[in-house]
Amino acid sequence: MGSFEGGGLPPDDVVVTALRAGDEAMFAALLDTWSRGMLRVARSYVSTDHSAEEVVQDTWLAVVDGIDGFEGRASIKTWVFRILVNTAKKRGVRESRTLPWSAFEQDGGPFRDFGAARGGQADLAAAWPTPEGEALAAEVRALIAEALGRLPPRQRVVITLRDVEGCTSDEVCEILEISAANQRVLLHRARTAVRGWLADYYESVKQPE
Amino acid sequence: MKRFIPETRAVNVVKRFTCDELAELLTAYLEDALDQPSRDGMRAHLSCCEGCGRYFEQFRATIKVLGDQPPEKLSAPVRDRLMSAFRERHRHHS
Repeated sequence: MGSFEGGGLPPDDVVVTALRAGDEAMFAALLDTWSRGMLRVARSYVSTDHSAEEVVQDTWLAVVDGIDGFEGRASIKTWVFRILVNTAKKRGVRESRTLPWSAFEQDGGPFRDFGAARGGQADLAAAWPTPEGEALAAEVRALIAEALGRLPPRQRVVITLRDVEGCTSDEVCEILEISAANQRVLLHRARTAVRGWLADYYESVKQPE
Repeated sequence: MKRFIPETRAVNVVKRFTCDELAELLTAYLEDALDQPSRDGMRAHLSCCEGCGRYFEQFRATIKVLGDQPPEKLSAPVRDRLMSAFRERHRHHS
């Protein structure tokens, strides 16, 4: 059995046939390729890393159990991620009943870009430094992780799939069963919010000239 | 003067955007989801408004750093458990 490293995964029919035949290398390749994105998506709905990992585990168990019934109407990746989202949502709802906060707050009213320095005012929109130093890059990564955690769940899951994991907009629409326009609105609000927080951060670390 | 050639007249139907409107449409612009007059209007605005040009660069920089999150993976025990479950299932089915 060949390695999938670097070459991506083979076509869906090959993947599905291999899974049904009990091909362990194929299952391992899927686990290692998709689980990182699945962990991030799960975290959009549940409250702890531990919960997110359990959601991913339950999803893979459902995939193992259900692969014979997979009908190929969606891609295998979409099918797996849909199971994941449904599993994570259920768990999130259960947690929100027992935890003091709700993972399902509203997406918010009319959106305001509340970060520093937006467009239209040349003197305010400063050019950002390139995060060359490893220390700055690490800080920005940590800030992004925190920013994702502050987004409403629907925005968070869309920006995670699109910009962090690199899914296409078609994939995201299929996984979340939302329209292209809705996907775009959620993505835009999320990006605008994250840009605002990044702008605040760059403003705060700016060297005096 | 080129005032009367058709291409020049076409410029007159280019949609004009305020800075706020432009900021609202950046994702649609990047997704290629705008009609031609709107796209041309975005380009026209971006090329002459320094503030929006910077904002657009920041927006793109934001998307770029989002893609730079450290990789994650399942913990070894969970991965092992899933591999065993897969093996078990096939044993029962074959």
